[in-house]
Amino acid sequence: MFSNPDLLHFIFGRLSLESFPMFHEPILAVTFAGVVLGGIVVLGALTYFKLWGYLWREWITSIDHKKIGIMYIILALVMLLRGFADAIMMRAQQAIAFGDVAGYLPPDHYDQIFTAHGVIMIFFVAMPLVTGLMNFVVPLQIGARDVAFPFLNNFSFWMTTAGAITVMISLFVGEFAKTGWLAYPPLSDIVYSPGVGVDYYIWALQIAGVGTLLSGVNLIVTIVKMRAPGMSMMKMPVFTWTSLCTNILIVAAFPVLTAVLVLLSLDRYVGTNFFTNDLGGNAMMYVNLIWIWGHPEVYILILPAFGVFSEVVSTFCRKRLFGYSSMVYATIVITILSYLVWLHHFFTMGSGASVNAFFGITTMIISIPTGAKIFNWLFTMYKGRISFDVPMLWTMGFMLTFVIGGMTGVMLAVPPADFVLHNSLFLIAHFHNVIIGGVVFGMFAGIVYWFPKAFGYKLDPFWGKMSFWFWLVGFYFAFMPLYVLGLMGVTRRMNHFDDGSLQIWFIIAAFGAVLIAIGIASFLMSLVVSFIKREELRDETGDPWDARTLEWSTSSPPPAYNFAFTPVVHDLDAWADMKKRGYVRPTSGFLDIHMPKNTGAGAILAGMSLVLGFALIWHIWWLVAVSFIALIGTAIAHTFNYNRDYHIPASEVVATEEERTALLAKQQA
Amino acid sequence: MSTHSHAHDDHHGHDHGDGASHGTFNSYLIGFILSVILTAIPFWLVMDGVLDSKVATAAWIMGLGVVQIVVHMVYFLHMNTKSEGGWNMLALIFTLVIVAIAIAGSLWVMYHLNTNMMPQMDHEMIRSFG
Repeated sequence: MFSNPDLLHFIFGRLSLESFPMFHEPILAVTFAGVVLGGIVVLGALTYFKLWGYLWREWITSIDHKKIGIMYIILALVMLLRGFADAIMMRAQQAIAFGDVAGYLPPDHYDQIFTAHGVIMIFFVAMPLVTGLMNFVVPLQIGARDVAFPFLNNFSFWMTTAGAITVMISLFVGEFAKTGWLAYPPLSDIVYSPGVGVDYYIWALQIAGVGTLLSGVNLIVTIVKMRAPGMSMMKMPVFTWTSLCTNILIVAAFPVLTAVLVLLSLDRYVGTNFFTNDLGGNAMMYVNLIWIWGHPEVYILILPAFGVFSEVVSTFCRKRLFGYSSMVYATIVITILSYLVWLHHFFTMGSGASVNAFFGITTMIISIPTGAKIFNWLFTMYKGRISFDVPMLWTMGFMLTFVIGGMTGVMLAVPPADFVLHNSLFLIAHFHNVIIGGVVFGMFAGIVYWFPKAFGYKLDPFWGKMSFWFWLVGFYFAFMPLYVLGLMGVTRRMNHFDDGSLQIWFIIAAFGAVLIAIGIASFLMSLVVSFIKREELRDETGDPWDARTLEWSTSSPPPAYNFAFTPVVHDLDAWADMKKRGYVRPTSGFLDIHMPKNTGAGAILAGMSLVLGFALIWHIWWLVAVSFIALIGTAIAHTFNYNRDYHIPASEVVATEEERTALLAKQQA
Repeated sequence: MSTHSHAHDDHHGHDHGDGASHGTFNSYLIGFILSVILTAIPFWLVMDGVLDSKVATAAWIMGLGVVQIVVHMVYFLHMNTKSEGGWNMLALIFTLVIVAIAIAGSLWVMYHLNTNMMPQMDHEMIRSFG
């Protein structure tokens, strides 16, 4: 059989023993051994404690938006560890590779690491964090029982996960792209990147992109159609508003990414010439198109974080949010303007002065609504009774850090300055400044804020504060040196430097990365410690922060149906208004509740997509055909499944609600 | 069952304005005939070489394509200014704005790049310096 290379090639495509880098790369061999051992321990534990059935019934097939939200965040935290491992490897390499010292990462490996770091942090950490929080919070905030399309929600989550798994497979089977996180041609062309790296990139993003797009549609419909009676658009909580705008951006922008990646795959797979160097191809068109998606993408990430800060500030300052309507209009203006600035990512590509001036000015204009938001949060804090809980700390850390990042952004928006700073470490410092200082701090604030709602107990404040301070200080140590280096003209993506005088700055930056590592460890520690001390930290009221929006009116964790009766909204900050008016929780008259039923179809379809993606990457054409037909067949078969819903009987609702009545009575006694 | 559906309706009973409008047999027929005509004309233009200029033919095909999109939206997707309480219209306007920005912006940007980066431009610059 081994004497027949054609047959082997037919069965395995491009896959061969050479494709497994752990046989010739010691770093990967150790990592692989660790992953295999860890995997065996986890799988063994799941089998030993007989958790497979529980996982399948209660989580994997769940269409409950709360559980899906939690799974998104777990996915993001797992991928954060991978993305951060890449980050600290780069920092270590750059701190030592000077002059005669080559460092421990060869350029070939280093290039994969910075590409994987960018792709993972944006697509598989920031996006799932944002989508997860929106999934968990939005239906509760608008008084709904689930999202508009619960099955689609489960399917979206598993498609995102399948994309993440595709990236992870590239660590041990083959290689990842060496092109940087946006895979610009002609480098990502088949001529210059003949390996499987770029194909892993393309199919991971395409599979995850389906999930992102569908969850965007889902949340828009949920917010537009399923708000509680009385909640007009201008009575929606700010987080719901920013979620709506984010999902509109997703639906408008992600198809552009899908289309541009399709064109790139056509170039690579069937020899078209959209972005090649010859036969009329134009690589600059790729850069233009991908940033039409890429710029809205950064607002997709930051807007929900702005929403979190708005909720946190008004809750922990015990005040209504200052300037609610200006906050809403600022969000809408940012939504539109985010489509008018994309060229500022390639000022140096050669457009004339008029184009660069136009996009420079629109970029500067976008800082106005953002600045208005900062002032709204400051004025909310002004004369408020601020309690410095962990979510509020993250928010204040954000306000300082993000303003610095925003100002360096305005510097980069000036085209002549950009000609000096483009592609330098100044740019790297800038976008980490806004993404860590904005998105990451916002997501941590959100996780700590809504954790008691999701699990019924608060997170331990000591480890939360440790996490915050290590992240904050670590961020400044890690990225302020990069501003300095960038101003001195040091370019990004280097794995070796000749000028020894730069080394001290990289050592400081590496020290900062270690501090951030302690910050991440402290956050994980806070999860563990809080779980152990959960009886002490238990919240039985459902409203541990004395907060203002509807999600805090139900129990913690909320029952599967969220609200026994759909709440009626009379004012902005509905729950604060209900508390003020002496709202009495209804304790009788419960009815059966109509709910969607769990289904495994989402996970199965995503699994088939994963196989399809893998087969496409390795050119295993028979498997492409089989998995594609299976995918379409299963999707069609699923549409004939009419057994989609069930009713929670009134007796069960009564039991659940009486339990809560008893808990609340115990509180008051 | 009535109590069940009632509980369910409580949840969905607050839609904004009217739902989507529904088509009639006639409206589908009109849409179908218009689509056929609008598809046939471009074929005729190309196959019989009606117009002398290729640019004009391409422009006509593009224009008819846009009309076709509108026909589909009105007759098959039942869009009008009132459906779904105006949300459909708002979504359409937003889409048009975004598509216009993306197409017009890309054309402008790529045109600028071409005029600034074309090889003959370099020769002219070299000559003007020389």
